[in-house]
Amino acid sequence: MVEFTLPKNSRIRTGKTWPKPEGASNVRKFQIYRWNPDDGENPRVDTYFVDMDTCGPMVLDALIKIKNEIDPTLTFRRSCREGICGSCAMNIDGINTLACIYGMDEVKGDVKIYPLPHMPVVKDLIPDLTHFYAQHASIMPWLETKTRRPEKEWRQSIEDRKKLDGLYECVMCASCSTACPSYWWNGDRYLGPAALLHAYRWIIDSRDEATGERLDDLEDPFKLYRCHTIMNCTKTCPKGLNPAEAIAQIKKMMVERQL
Amino acid sequence: MAFLTDRKRVSGLGSARSGTGHHWTMTVTSIALLILTPFFLGIIGTGLGSEHGDVIALLSRPIPALVVAAYLIVGSHHLRLGMQIMIEDYTHGMTRKAAIILSTILCYGIALGGLVALIQIAL
Repeated sequence: MVEFTLPKNSRIRTGKTWPKPEGASNVRKFQIYRWNPDDGENPRVDTYFVDMDTCGPMVLDALIKIKNEIDPTLTFRRSCREGICGSCAMNIDGINTLACIYGMDEVKGDVKIYPLPHMPVVKDLIPDLTHFYAQHASIMPWLETKTRRPEKEWRQSIEDRKKLDGLYECVMCASCSTACPSYWWNGDRYLGPAALLHAYRWIIDSRDEATGERLDDLEDPFKLYRCHTIMNCTKTCPKGLNPAEAIAQIKKMMVERQL
Repeated sequence: MAFLTDRKRVSGLGSARSGTGHHWTMTVTSIALLILTPFFLGIIGTGLGSEHGDVIALLSRPIPALVVAAYLIVGSHHLRLGMQIMIEDYTHGMTRKAAIILSTILCYGIALGGLVALIQIAL
């Protein structure tokens, strides 16, 4: 449901300003969203100062430095630090992206960091992605076959394999879905760009034998047709993928089988 | 509070097996409006500032009357479908259903009123 104001207990307050590092000449200011479910307080934005001469170039480097050297209570997900795992997705300078591959030189002024928008927050920069993952599971993200043979390897032509390029690279970071206004307002029923991109990845797979059933399951005013081609998903994807095009292709196939 | 699994929440009532018709009709009416709108504006533009009798004479001619009638029918249908999308985007529950009914009455009411007026002028 569309909401124009935050509920009272979600309104963000000014938080603590941590001291500047001593003797540092190249200092960058970070404003980071903080929320602890255990203290009963409203969310706040804490201010940190990082010595850039002793920090790596990516936003994740700064977050790790803050956690290691300034405030060990700062909580965020991270793992691969090279854009493969999708763990460190967050809103940096107003853009949903991966902190590990987003350079601080891309941000002008203070670095403002928030969790992915419009998702329940577990703590600080960690969103609750339970529903997002369940939506992914619902599109049957696996190869569905009915033919028994071949028992081992299912062959695919080079041309058919190429159709999966731009789709299989998705790391399920949720940047696209949480950038989509349709997903904000109707995320309970709309599958969102990430799940639909994955759905298309299996629909277009030449080896998959459940194309019809997959399209049947998606043919719904909310699951699929809530996409209004806003294109935020494509604009924000940190992997440079195009979920909007994948959704358009699904819609095209829907029409194709009716006309 | 309901003890539902995450998968159950996502599945909900399942797929409605519809939506493509709505999507396709929106596309077709968009294309039709793309063609009709310049002609419609041309006719209305010609009539603007004219004497009452000249406007009546203009809309009494078969081609302008046909364009205006087509524009009213296609436009109102497109408007109804578009309004439904907006209502579904921003409202929930009974409000959604009531708003869809009201917008349907409004859109087709506009078309009907326009057509009746056009017929009275043209005949």
